[in-house]
Amino acid sequence: MIRQHVVKVGMADLNIAADGAVLRTTGLGSCVGLTLYDGQAKIAGMVHVMLPTSQIAREAEVKKAKYADTAIPALVELMLVSGAAAGRMTAKMAGGAQMFAFAAQNDSMRIGPRNVESCRTVLSKFAIPLLAEDTGGSSGRTIEIDSASGVLTIRSVQLGIKEI
Amino acid sequence: MNPLSKLEAFKLDVLKEVGNIGAGNAATALSLLLDRPVDMNVPTVSLIPFERIADRVGGLEQVVTAVYLRVEGEAPGHMFFLMEGEATKKLLNRLLAIEGKGEDGFSEMEYSALAEIGNILAGSYLSSLADFTQLAMSPTVPAIAVDMAGAILTHGIVQYGEMGDSALLIETAFLEGKEELAGHFFLIPDPESFDQIFTALGVSSE
Repeated sequence: MIRQHVVKVGMADLNIAADGAVLRTTGLGSCVGLTLYDGQAKIAGMVHVMLPTSQIAREAEVKKAKYADTAIPALVELMLVSGAAAGRMTAKMAGGAQMFAFAAQNDSMRIGPRNVESCRTVLSKFAIPLLAEDTGGSSGRTIEIDSASGVLTIRSVQLGIKEI
Repeated sequence: MNPLSKLEAFKLDVLKEVGNIGAGNAATALSLLLDRPVDMNVPTVSLIPFERIADRVGGLEQVVTAVYLRVEGEAPGHMFFLMEGEATKKLLNRLLAIEGKGEDGFSEMEYSALAEIGNILAGSYLSSLADFTQLAMSPTVPAIAVDMAGAILTHGIVQYGEMGDSALLIETAFLEGKEELAGHFFLIPDPESFDQIFTALGVSSE
C-alpha cells in the first residue's frame, strides 16, 4: 500500500470503507459520529448524525443520514450490501458534546446528550454491541476509523488524541 | 414549510440592513474599548450549506476563541463573536496591557475580559436592533469556548437541520487598519424569527 486512503464523511452524511481505507469526519460538536465495524470482512461504516429523531423533521424529503433513527438503519443496510454480516457488526461512537455548558437550560440546546441517547437506543434495537464511546463533555472532536483495525481515533483541541 | 425557501432578494437586503445597524454599533463599542478606530465590512447575509459555514473562519477544524450568547425575546437566535488565536491575544494585549500566556490557553482574568468584550458587543448590537425593529431582545450571559470552528458553529445551526441543509447567517468582519484582526460576528436568527423581524419592519411575510 502506498498510502492510506481517507474517505471524508460530511455533516449528515454516511459512508463505508474497506481495504485499509480510513473514514473521517471533522468538527463534531453536538453531532455524533457513529461507526460500525465488521472485523472479519474488514469493512467500516461511519455516519455523522446531527439530530436525534426524524419525527421532528420539517423537510419535504428526509435526509436519512441526518437523524439517528434513520441514519443507523441506512448505514447497517449499506454495510450488509457491501458484504458485512449482521451478527459480526460492532459499534463505537464519539461526539454529543454541549459546546457551551451553561447555555443548556433550553431543551433544544441539549441536543448533544439527546443525540447520544438516541444512537444507543437504535443500536440496541439492532442488537449491535456498543464497544466503546467518547461522548458528552464540552469539546469538539474529529474522528477517524481505520477499516483495517477498527480502531477509532479521536482528536480534540483541549484533550489531545485518544484511541478507542 | 421552510421559511428560508421563500426569501426574496429584497428580504435579504432587509436582513443585511439589520446586520449593518447592529454591527455598526458594535464596532463603535469595540473601538471605544480599544481606544482606536475599528472598521467593519459591509455585512453579508447568506444561506450557507452547513458544511461550508466554518469556511469564513478558516475551516471546520480551525481553532477559534468563541464568545457565545443566546438571544432571547421576540426574535430569538444565536450570536457568536469568533476570533482566531493570534487576534485574541492581540485584543487581550491591547485591553489588559499584559502579555498573553501563549499556547496554554487563557487565564481566568483573560476569559473574564473576553466574556466582557462579548457582552459589550452583543449588547450594543442587540440594543440598536431592538430600537430599529421595536422588538424586545436581550442576550444571555456569555459563554466562552476555545475549540474547532465547526463544532462551535454547529451549536447555532442544529435547529436548521430539521428543515434543510443550510442556515441563514448575518456576518460582519471587524478590521483594524487593513488587518482583519478583531474578529467575526455571526448572528444566526432562529428559523421562526424571520416572520417577526419582517413583520416588525413592515415587510409582508407572504
